[in-house]
Amino acid sequence: MGNVKVHRSSPSIDMTPMVDLAFLLVTFFMLTTKFAPEEPLAIDTPTSVSEIKIPDTDILTISIGKDGRVFFNVDGQFTRADLLAKIGEKYGISFTTEETHRFAIMSSMGVPIGNLKQFLAMTTEERKLLHQPGIPCDSANNELADWVLQARLSNRRLRIAIKGDRDSDYPVVKKVIDTMIDRKVNRFNLITNMEKGV
Amino acid sequence: MAEISQQGSGGKKNEKVRSKKTSTRIDMTPMVDLAFLLLTFFVMTTTLNKPQTMEITMPEKPNKEDKLPEINEKNVLTLVLGKNNKVFWYMGITDPKVVLTDFSKDGIRKVLLEKKAELPKLVILIKATNDAKYRNMVDILDEMNISSIPRYALVDITPVDNELIKELQL
Repeated sequence: MGNVKVHRSSPSIDMTPMVDLAFLLVTFFMLTTKFAPEEPLAIDTPTSVSEIKIPDTDILTISIGKDGRVFFNVDGQFTRADLLAKIGEKYGISFTTEETHRFAIMSSMGVPIGNLKQFLAMTTEERKLLHQPGIPCDSANNELADWVLQARLSNRRLRIAIKGDRDSDYPVVKKVIDTMIDRKVNRFNLITNMEKGV
Repeated sequence: MAEISQQGSGGKKNEKVRSKKTSTRIDMTPMVDLAFLLLTFFVMTTTLNKPQTMEITMPEKPNKEDKLPEINEKNVLTLVLGKNNKVFWYMGITDPKVVLTDFSKDGIRKVLLEKKAELPKLVILIKATNDAKYRNMVDILDEMNISSIPRYALVDITPVDNELIKELQL
């Protein structure tokens, strides 16, 4: 009675199509992933309904933190190297090849130009731990204006983006915007996030 | 886990020499495990939403000898961005009636749409107080986009405006 032989098919199934798909997806994500560079300044951008995407290249980012510190970043290693040379020339500081290279591969930074040499001498870990004071942009000592100006001379296609924290105070933002307008930079991008639930 | 293929056993009886065939199938489980592990990792770490950007063009600083355009004060709507996400608005310049509102859908947007329908030549002045946050500025520029208002400007706050909103501030 109980001895009916059930026809058993092999329990292993053909996994090839699944593997194909899995590897296809792995390849896709591997190629499209771009690891976000570590930012020394945490920024929560405000939201907007704007749907223009920010371009990937030729972008100069001015970050404004919650506490009013201003950081500067520009993409492109050659632009950065060129920029450092120009800034050095202007402020009478000469940078070595090693320092230029370090600057070229760095991301966002916020130290006054006077401390730049010292900052570049640090290791990556030391830099991470350092509380960077931000770039001075007062009317008396406006280094941000020089950075922007020299960066635009280094790369003429540069677009300027302002990445402000949603809780940063308006006067700081205004100071940055006024700095731009004084240098005849009238067009800029405000980096925002997608608005949710509208 | 070598596995004997089952369909092959029936049809090949007339073959004379039977070479011993090992199965061509290999166990793919570890590979699949690895593939999915990687897949999960990349799916989790990828940020697909690139940040958006809002393009903004500020006017050039006028030269001293430039004649500034004059506009009828009846067409001017002033928005003052205050503390704690509050917006004050008033029409005109002489003896304005200041109204308090907020950034919600029924707040400032309603005002903007009403005024836009009412006055075709509407000009909006956005004045942010020192207590305003960057978020407020982005929000109000966003509202300009949503209501598709063609003429607006970010201008400096004046002491008069500060006086006007003082009573309603708290």
